[in-house]
Amino acid sequence: MTAARYWSAFRAVLRRETLRFIKQRGRFFAALVRPLIWLVVFAAGFRAALGLSIIPPYQTYITYEVYIVPGLIGMIQLFNGMQSSLSMVYDREMGSMRVLLTTPLPRSYLLACKIAAGAVVSLFQVYAFLAIAALFGITFSAAGYIAALPVLVLTGLMLGAIGLFLSSQIRQLENFAGVMNFVIFPAFFLSSALYPIWKMRESSDVLATICAVNPFTHAVEAIRFALYLEMAPLSLALVAGVLVTAGGLTVIGYDPGRGLRTRQAPEP
Amino acid sequence: MSGPADMTDAALRLANISHDYGRRRALDGVGFSVPPGRVTVLLGPNGAGKTTLFGLISRLLPLRQGDITIAGHSLKAAGAAALEPLGIVFQQPTLDLDLTVRQNLTYFADLRGLSRPVANERIVGGLQRFGLAERANDAVRELNGGHRRRVEIVRATLHEPAILILDEPTVGLDIPTRQAIVADLHARAASGTAVLWATHLIDEVWADDRLVVLDRGGVKAQGDVAGVLESSGADSVAEAFARLTMAGESEAA
Repeated sequence: MTAARYWSAFRAVLRRETLRFIKQRGRFFAALVRPLIWLVVFAAGFRAALGLSIIPPYQTYITYEVYIVPGLIGMIQLFNGMQSSLSMVYDREMGSMRVLLTTPLPRSYLLACKIAAGAVVSLFQVYAFLAIAALFGITFSAAGYIAALPVLVLTGLMLGAIGLFLSSQIRQLENFAGVMNFVIFPAFFLSSALYPIWKMRESSDVLATICAVNPFTHAVEAIRFALYLEMAPLSLALVAGVLVTAGGLTVIGYDPGRGLRTRQAPEP
Repeated sequence: MSGPADMTDAALRLANISHDYGRRRALDGVGFSVPPGRVTVLLGPNGAGKTTLFGLISRLLPLRQGDITIAGHSLKAAGAAALEPLGIVFQQPTLDLDLTVRQNLTYFADLRGLSRPVANERIVGGLQRFGLAERANDAVRELNGGHRRRVEIVRATLHEPAILILDEPTVGLDIPTRQAIVADLHARAASGTAVLWATHLIDEVWADDRLVVLDRGGVKAQGDVAGVLESSGADSVAEAFARLTMAGESEAA
């Protein structure tokens, strides 16, 4: 197989993901409206109630709206990753996943394409959100927007890989509601997206510890530091580690000998 | 994947295939070959093991016992690369309903590494062959079942596969549509393609087809239609099918 053949397959998956995203206008609006409600409504209410000290990467006092923007970016990517998961479960139920899985390329590569395509789609949403946030006066330096890009790719890949792994474990579309309850909400609320970990520690050491080890926290922190042209090496390493782990589990989950086909044994 | 392909003898060869779902045996020592240039009909009642066999050939199910050779290459040894010469139409619809016909076909063409000019030419040609050229920009959701099936056949042949396998592609379609699809598959076989076609619809078998009768996970008979009729002492495919399979036993009961 030539590199061109691999590229062509990636292009196919990316194009399909993009087309599906464009056709599902409701998904695009939901992806933007959800964080905007948090930014405009929720943050306005919490601004007065929540005092923020100066913590890295911030050099001065910031408003609560500024603080939660990286968390909301993470939220966009988290939902996008779970949307990819939902799309895989849908594809499996509708049969269209068979077309992908019977392509004569390594299955691990095809799954990587799917994860990468989802990450690219999430970038459109993130930058659209940042553009709207700028209209509300929440801006970063031009270099910050650029520096965040590779980090957003990494965090998008990690969240996509987690979503894809979950899809290999979800047997039916109806079970997806469980993912919302048991993955998205805990991942988001038990993180540094809405409040710094030190703030959480004032209430509960246990919850603060959970926040500190939550991969989503590290995705948010990596994005936060990148927007201010700083590196968060520990967070980046952890995000990369989770990406590799979730990617590996996904490949196992979709292995014909061990994955969905064995559990979803079709009637002969 | 390298080395010469053993295409003159059998395009697709299954040897001693067995498969279990838990403690239930779905296939038991199945073996047959599919020659190029002919339609091989895999005839069996519901539950005979046809879909399991297709799952194994297409690597959607793990091949644990026996081996499958596709164009001279062992599926066990070559892995996904062995699927290269294969065109597949699944029993379950597999088109993306939200995309247009052209987008679905382009998606597949890209997955198969076809250049855009070649893909476009074959997409147009394939759709014209089935009288669907004007539907290219329609969402698949807007097509009826027969048209969707035809699009799936166009898709499965875009990369001009040496072997075409179809799992009950005509189930649920009206008679003219079924006849058109059956005729098209025979035309493709006449031009050299090896066609393996699973069905339980006896009237779709042509006199010059090769026949493999599968029932309860085992091959009950195989060979030319005339040979199967002779060995089973039947005057028609329907009679042979009834004598050789569970369907016949239930009728007798």
